[in-house]
Amino acid sequence: VSHYRLFPKALGQLVAALGVRGLHLALGVRELHLALTQGFWRTRAWGQPPLQAPAGAELWVWFQPTVTDVDKAWKELSNILSGIFCASLNFIDSTNTVTPTASFKPLGLANGTDHHLLRYAVLPREVVCTENLTPWKKLLPCGSKAGLAVLLKAERLFHSSYHSQAVHIRPVCRDASCLAVSWELRQTLTVVFDTFSSGQGKKDWSLFKMFSRTLTDACPLASQSKVYVDISPKNKEKELLEVTPPPASVHEAVVQGDKRTYAVYDLMSPSLFNTSRSLNVQLKWKRPQDSSELPTPVLHAQRYVSGYGLQTGEISTLIYNTHPYRAFPVILLETVPWYLRLYVHTLTIITKGKENKPSYIHYQPAQDRRRPHLLEMLIQLPANSVTKITIQFERALLKWTEYTPDPNHGFYVSSSVLSALVPSVIAMKDVDVEQSPLFTSLFPYSDGSSYFVRLYTEPLLVNLPTPDFSMPYNVICLTCTVVAVCYGSFYNLLTRTFHVEEPSRGGLAKRLANIIRKFRGVPPL
Amino acid sequence: VVEGLALLDLGVSPYSGAIFHETPLIIYLFHFLIEYAELVFMITDVLTAVALYLAIQDFNKVVFKKQKLLIELDKYAPDVVELIRTPMEMHYIPLKVALFYLLNPYTVMSCVAKSTCAINNTIIAFFILATIKGSAFLSAVFLALATYQSLYPLTLFAPALLYLLQRQFIPIKLKSKSFWLYTMQYAALYLCSLVVIICLSFFLLNSWDFIPSVYGFILSVPDLTPNIGLFWYFFAEMFEHFSLFFVCVFQINVFFYTIPLAIKLKEHPVFFMFVQIAIISIFKSYPTVGDVALYMAFLPVWSHLYRCKFFVFDCSL
Repeated sequence: VSHYRLFPKALGQLVAALGVRGLHLALGVRELHLALTQGFWRTRAWGQPPLQAPAGAELWVWFQPTVTDVDKAWKELSNILSGIFCASLNFIDSTNTVTPTASFKPLGLANGTDHHLLRYAVLPREVVCTENLTPWKKLLPCGSKAGLAVLLKAERLFHSSYHSQAVHIRPVCRDASCLAVSWELRQTLTVVFDTFSSGQGKKDWSLFKMFSRTLTDACPLASQSKVYVDISPKNKEKELLEVTPPPASVHEAVVQGDKRTYAVYDLMSPSLFNTSRSLNVQLKWKRPQDSSELPTPVLHAQRYVSGYGLQTGEISTLIYNTHPYRAFPVILLETVPWYLRLYVHTLTIITKGKENKPSYIHYQPAQDRRRPHLLEMLIQLPANSVTKITIQFERALLKWTEYTPDPNHGFYVSSSVLSALVPSVIAMKDVDVEQSPLFTSLFPYSDGSSYFVRLYTEPLLVNLPTPDFSMPYNVICLTCTVVAVCYGSFYNLLTRTFHVEEPSRGGLAKRLANIIRKFRGVPPL
Repeated sequence: VVEGLALLDLGVSPYSGAIFHETPLIIYLFHFLIEYAELVFMITDVLTAVALYLAIQDFNKVVFKKQKLLIELDKYAPDVVELIRTPMEMHYIPLKVALFYLLNPYTVMSCVAKSTCAINNTIIAFFILATIKGSAFLSAVFLALATYQSLYPLTLFAPALLYLLQRQFIPIKLKSKSFWLYTMQYAALYLCSLVVIICLSFFLLNSWDFIPSVYGFILSVPDLTPNIGLFWYFFAEMFEHFSLFFVCVFQINVFFYTIPLAIKLKEHPVFFMFVQIAIISIFKSYPTVGDVALYMAFLPVWSHLYRCKFFVFDCSL
């Protein structure tokens, strides 16, 4: 029995395998993660992201073991999602889908992990705009009419440095004894506003300044509706910033290796809207800070392409481990399109000047026009080090119909994925899941000493050699001329026969001409 | 080839990607020889030159004997005195052929680039040597090896057969029983050695993957990297609808000249072989300058014909 009071029916039909009519019966999705992102998260300037997604559209899905033809189900799923979210996810096909073996383990309940049931695809060229936000908002039980979603107006949200909206579906235990399984749908929206560029010049912000709206009430269908504001003191100095209205409670937690303090505003508590009808959270800095010193994240990475000319190039990835004394392994997943032919014998991994051999490599070479390269490696990062991974490639010449209408813009290579269990500098204590389920779902942890991080590197833009698109007729003429000349010569050579011609007496005209010539003294014909 | 070896080390079949298109025998050869790669390529070039030298030496002896016979039988017209070949000029032709091959800049280029074309050239040179010496078995084996490496030397079956028939003094008449008997023998030798080599490759890598990767690649031309051939620009700028048709037309173009040339040039099978090698190197799907070097090496053999100015030579060069 399915209840669609809170869970949107459009997505419910994808996951439920029973009691649904039509072709959705075969889809059998166990876990689904879709992210649409505009911009790139600058880890060094903004710190560790709560949930990062690569630029463009990213979709990864675990299918149920009952699904027989995973590729067909994948194709149907991407088309259905393309319709639901108004994104061109129907461009996902075998040329940009890979089957990772180590990177994307299931985040929900899972029986076994046969990685043939996993599919991962990224469309780096995908653009996110209002048309994608509207169906995302429609999936919420209250829509954008009540609750926190009231703030999400498109004209302010897209005026930002980074915008990422994501949908995550996974199976979870209904209660602690785990006798029944429910489906959990998480919708996340990550936005980075740049208050400096909007002309304020100060780092103070308020909900009204960011969203041009304030919160008025909670969604009636919600059981919990909270706003958490990070008021962690930096450099152990208190009273550096001030939050109005004063929070009813303060929540302390160790998040991503840092001890942080959050001011909590519970929209469902009746005391919040006593004084004013609306809630406008404001943050003011008491003393101007010299520079925004965010602590350097323990793990961050960069990727760039180097080389000259249009024949070869090199992809380099730099991974930084800034932890002072702990080393940890990281899984790197690279998906490179088939038209950049990677040479795996040029793969070098250098840490602190010495070669670093990965303990696990899975390499699946590309097939022209059928599937991309897949390179997965488990690399050990020593403490306080920089690891450089380089691989050389050769650029292919495509057929003229395979170029996009703007071929000189270049071709995108999707971001590579780094997954790691980063040891935290501060020990984390167990947090009661029941007390703050929203918070723990945003910052999950596996055990007290490390936390899971998934980072994405920059997407790359690579130029491919382009033929002259105005010349198809000339090219065909040239090639056919060469073939015709050769063929003609051979035909001549093979079929020409030589006859001996008897000199003939000639007709009347010739005899007359000969007589005239005899008079002139010229030799006869 | 280095990429193929690296993939083999990683445990992945070298043919699962789209980069490696060489035969398994090459991979196993280089598995042992990869450290001495420069030396290997220099040795193959020297072997090719030596084989060509010996072959042309033998061929010249045959030609001179035939010419002497025809002079005694007074078959030549008096005007062709200029074209009669003297032992003096014929003495230096094999050396010229070997030097033409070794000193050709194209040969040097393909040796420096360590292109496997040099190995193909060596096998074809040994095939020519075996044919001219008259050993049908060796000639069939080397031809099978050459066909296994790249598909096109299949067309050299006809000139080799014609030369061997001529050597055995079997007249080339369609009704003659001895003609068919010898043809069947030679064809059987060739096909059997080809089958043996292909099965050996299967057992080396335990899969038939190499057949679509090597031969399917040569025939269907999926990779359009620019080279000195005719295929890439044509197929880069063609409508998808016609691509199968034009692939077939271009491939037939290579094999098509064999039968007419066999009919016309049955008295001169070595010249036929040379023309066939030239056709292969112009019209094959992925030519390299090493192929050009091979047929250019033969030019001194017919140096007495240069007063006739062959238009085809200029065009193809």
